[in-house]
Amino acid sequence: MATVDVDLPHVKDEDPHHHGPAKGIGRWLFTTNHKDIGSMYLIFSLCMFMIGGIMALIIRAELFQPGLQLVEPNFFNQMTTMHGLIMVFGAVMPAFVGLANWMIPMQIGAPDMALPRMNNWSFWILPFAFLILLSSLFMPGGAPNFGWTFYAPLSTTYAPESVTFFIFGVHIMGASSIMGAINIIATILNMRAPGMTLMKMPLFVWTWLITAFLLIAVMPVLAGVVTMMLMDIHFGTSFFNAAGGGDPVLFQHVFWFFGHPEVYIMILPAFGIISEIIPTFARKRLFGYSSMVYAVASIALLSFVVWAHHMFTVGMPLVGEVFFMFATMLIAVPTGVKVFNWIATMFRGSMTFETPMLFALAFVVLFTIGGFSGLMLAIAPADFQYHDTYFVVAHFHYVLVPGAIFSIMAATYYWLPKWTGHQLNETMGKFHFWLSFVGVNVTFFPMHFVGLAGMPRRIPDYALQFADFNSMASVGAFIFGFSQLVFIYNIIQNVRVGEKATAQVWEGANGLEWTIPSPAPYHTFSTPPKVD
Amino acid sequence: MQESVKTKRLVVRLATAAVLMFGFGFALVPLYEVFCDITGLNGKNFTQGPAAITAVDRSRTVKVQFVTVNPAEMPWEFKPTERTMRVFPGEDKVTAFYAKNPTPEWMVAQAVPSVTPSEAAQYLHKVNCFCFDRQPLDAGADTEMPLVFVVDPELPKHITTITLSYALYDLTETDNQQVTLRSQDNDKGRASL
Repeated sequence: MATVDVDLPHVKDEDPHHHGPAKGIGRWLFTTNHKDIGSMYLIFSLCMFMIGGIMALIIRAELFQPGLQLVEPNFFNQMTTMHGLIMVFGAVMPAFVGLANWMIPMQIGAPDMALPRMNNWSFWILPFAFLILLSSLFMPGGAPNFGWTFYAPLSTTYAPESVTFFIFGVHIMGASSIMGAINIIATILNMRAPGMTLMKMPLFVWTWLITAFLLIAVMPVLAGVVTMMLMDIHFGTSFFNAAGGGDPVLFQHVFWFFGHPEVYIMILPAFGIISEIIPTFARKRLFGYSSMVYAVASIALLSFVVWAHHMFTVGMPLVGEVFFMFATMLIAVPTGVKVFNWIATMFRGSMTFETPMLFALAFVVLFTIGGFSGLMLAIAPADFQYHDTYFVVAHFHYVLVPGAIFSIMAATYYWLPKWTGHQLNETMGKFHFWLSFVGVNVTFFPMHFVGLAGMPRRIPDYALQFADFNSMASVGAFIFGFSQLVFIYNIIQNVRVGEKATAQVWEGANGLEWTIPSPAPYHTFSTPPKVD
Repeated sequence: MQESVKTKRLVVRLATAAVLMFGFGFALVPLYEVFCDITGLNGKNFTQGPAAITAVDRSRTVKVQFVTVNPAEMPWEFKPTERTMRVFPGEDKVTAFYAKNPTPEWMVAQAVPSVTPSEAAQYLHKVNCFCFDRQPLDAGADTEMPLVFVVDPELPKHITTITLSYALYDLTETDNQQVTLRSQDNDKGRASL
């Protein structure tokens, strides 16, 4: 990003028209303040991360040994399903929306989001969506147990009755995401400070702009596919029912038309965050700013023509397999551009290794490992061996946990002093980082091996030869899971106490958000700054 | 204010885009059908009725395998009378499938075909097939259902085996509701229901 020279007329809360937050619960229920809403999104996401994490630990506890020890197979399936849904829609996506709410107005010099009331609404429908989804755990027949990808007819003809609640939950989350995306696009396109041209925007803003367009393009398709399920289940249609002339394979096509862009929705903002953090701690400008922007845009465009690589084994003709194989591999090119740019940014920089930087570096290394296993999966003839094995599980957890989740943790540590006004406790931050880093790798790396050896995913029991690697993965999962208590402790401690943070916070940080005092006042940039 | 007009216009456009994409999700259903029809992918594309084939290609034979599948709740006995056949491309062949309704109730079923490899689907012509119609069977009754087919001599040389699979679905409950739908389908001459 270009160095931003700012002329700040006033940023303090002295204007008589400005007021602080309202008192009591009403502040949170009726707030239209982007910082309040951002905080609520982040706290909500953290709660969901913990709930989804408990489910993951139930899964790993059952898989610690071969045989059935702790849970019924049906409950195990409910856990894998709910874990996936909650982590994707409840933890990762709201966390990025929360970061967008907090940071985008501050990074582009806007006083708030473009549509503050809709912002309030798009947050407040989310807890209800997840209450509906989680309530299905207590219903007769249990929660959805058909996997987070809810393939028909497993999710229609053979689904537990609670599937209808799942469908409405997905509708509400979809509505929330679409409203959030509209708000973000309107903010970025219309509310930038004078002089903040598109190509001067911080990369976090750029990646979110592109992500928001992806959300608007595919969340309605998800709403469409669950609506078709609803109609198949309750209104006698046969979209996915072969007996009525429908086609279950159609479900997979429509789902993955949503699903593949969705996985980029979960990683593009992460790219943005990493592109903010690495220059700060390398004390150099980001290498290849414009190539980064174009790389993100081309990844987003390519995401629409690769969906069938999730379904190489459904019986596609050779032409289809070849097309989707090469289209998928093409994505490695812009992704490679990004990885090399991050490395070039660090090259000969004067680097320091504060907690956000450690998470960012782990992101670059571990996300790249996940990217490479993705390339392996993209090879259509080899995919027949990998399909539906733990190799797939290892792959997407490598891109989502040390990818998306680590970037969210990095962002939290990076911007926390700006939010709370307290400097980070580096010792505790590093403690959290190393526990998480070791935990993640011990959990997910062995999954590559059992996957290649043929262990199928989504099963509560497995053959004896997989026992060692599985117990190793379970130990890692518990280390990673419990180390998140350190994360929560760090956040709470930082809110409560800590050395007073300066406006600059990090020596090498650049951008409008570092020109306002820490903690950021309730209202910022009421008068737009001038960016040269 | 200029700014709010701009924002309003943008929001309307974005919301419209979201609504259109919702529609696009549904449009994928007919698009998928059309795509499969044109390309013959997914083993769905069957030409039916007498095919304009005169020459019989006696230089090679093709193995045709018959497979039957009963979905979980389908109690009928359903199997091919012959499991495999060797046919010359261009030659009319007749075979039959056996079905029995072992339940104490009258039932209606229909078979839905699928061809593997899907590339071969458009070269398998069904002159007459029990799968074109619904099959009613009284309690305990059984029947042999005929299939007349011809493999197109244009069939690519590398395909030496074609598998024709039928899944038999119970339509007793939906029978009355879907009569109109079915007759429309028959007018259009669609093989799959």
